[in-house]
Amino acid sequence: MNMWWKYLLFLGMSVIIWISFTTPAPQQEIGEASRIFYYHIPQAWICVIAFAMSAYYSIKYLRKRHALDDDLAADSARLGLLFCLLATITGAIFAKVTWGAFWNWDPRQTSIFILLLIYGAYFALRSAVEDEERRAALTAVYAIFAFITVPFLVFVLPRMVPSLHPTDSVINKNLKFTMGPEVRTIFFSSLTAFTVLYFWIFNILKKTNLIRRKLETGTI
Amino acid sequence: MGKSSAGLASKSLAVYVKDLRLELRSRFGLNAVFMFGITTLAVVSFALGQASLSPKILGALFWIIIFFSAMSGLAQVFVREEEQQTALTLRLTADPDAVFLGKLCFNFSLLIIMAAVITPLFFVFTDAPTAGAINFLVILVVGMIDLGAATTLIAAIISKASVKGALFAVLAFPILLPMLIALTLSSEKILAGESLGEVSKLLQFLIAYAIVMITASILLFKYVWQE
Repeated sequence: MNMWWKYLLFLGMSVIIWISFTTPAPQQEIGEASRIFYYHIPQAWICVIAFAMSAYYSIKYLRKRHALDDDLAADSARLGLLFCLLATITGAIFAKVTWGAFWNWDPRQTSIFILLLIYGAYFALRSAVEDEERRAALTAVYAIFAFITVPFLVFVLPRMVPSLHPTDSVINKNLKFTMGPEVRTIFFSSLTAFTVLYFWIFNILKKTNLIRRKLETGTI
Repeated sequence: MGKSSAGLASKSLAVYVKDLRLELRSRFGLNAVFMFGITTLAVVSFALGQASLSPKILGALFWIIIFFSAMSGLAQVFVREEEQQTALTLRLTADPDAVFLGKLCFNFSLLIIMAAVITPLFFVFTDAPTAGAINFLVILVVGMIDLGAATTLIAAIISKASVKGALFAVLAFPILLPMLIALTLSSEKILAGESLGEVSKLLQFLIAYAIVMITASILLFKYVWQE
């Protein structure tokens, strides 16, 4: 077993947490609250990756009809939902500090709210179909159909309505908030660490599902 | 190629005419949609009394009424096939694309008829300004196309699930929300007396959304239908 990268990740994340609180705040105008940027954006990023993975395994399921792909699609959606919740909460805390209210239907908040609803609906659908194969196919279709709305939510809608969201996000084209070299290094390290963490969790889920499937079919 | 697309058109038309005939026989979808729309409208109008409303509130109320009325009838086109156990026969006689396009056109028709009744009543009950009526009509037609485009596939999905009624609104709402926001914003501007040029960006968004939804639905429908 190759464990070294897990220790490295542990060490890396500890250092990132330490540094994110000891270096000067990334944006002087917003002040101390802007430190949340090192956590909030990686969470939102993982949320989108997880939902993309869910759509990917849904497509794979519809093509090959392997039950394992359906498990992975569902587990990716679960992970996506978790990170989506974290991004919503960190975003709301930031909103309270800088805009004065936890929730004010800023376009970004609307988008993330819709994402939460979509994946809430996804699990509502999963619980409403009894037959396993039918459930897998129907939820796969819904996951793909819902994922198609994500570009509209992330890229189009927030640009059509005036927003208070800082234009420092990696997905926004007009990078008004230029990151200094130090901030950039911490931010991208954090992004990498979160991404590795996500794939680690995902890998564990993948193995668990594989074992469960094998136990069910008695091939283990 | 030309021959097969002509075949698809005539088959879709056959599915559409079949559904239309069934609807005229039972009038279930139309009754549900009208009664729901009129009831909601009456409640809203009664609660508000003679209060004069701002364009913002009028736009929001209008699309809430339209959304919930549509939700009460749009799933019927697929649920009926499952309940009357005709889905299997239809699956054997028509290919999925023709079925989907026929049902999509049927839902468009249902929505247009619904809007044609509820919209004038809305203007009468709430005393909304009628100056920009032609512009409002444009938004309305685009909105109906969007509603039909986004919900027909979901109607097919829920017709295969065990609990149908509540699930339709739950599944459709998040998909519809981006376009409902755009529709509410554009209606608000039109009711405030602005021209269509002012809402052209929102209209582009709505049309793009409908095209993407219809394309995705056609690609995905066969997986639901064969289930």
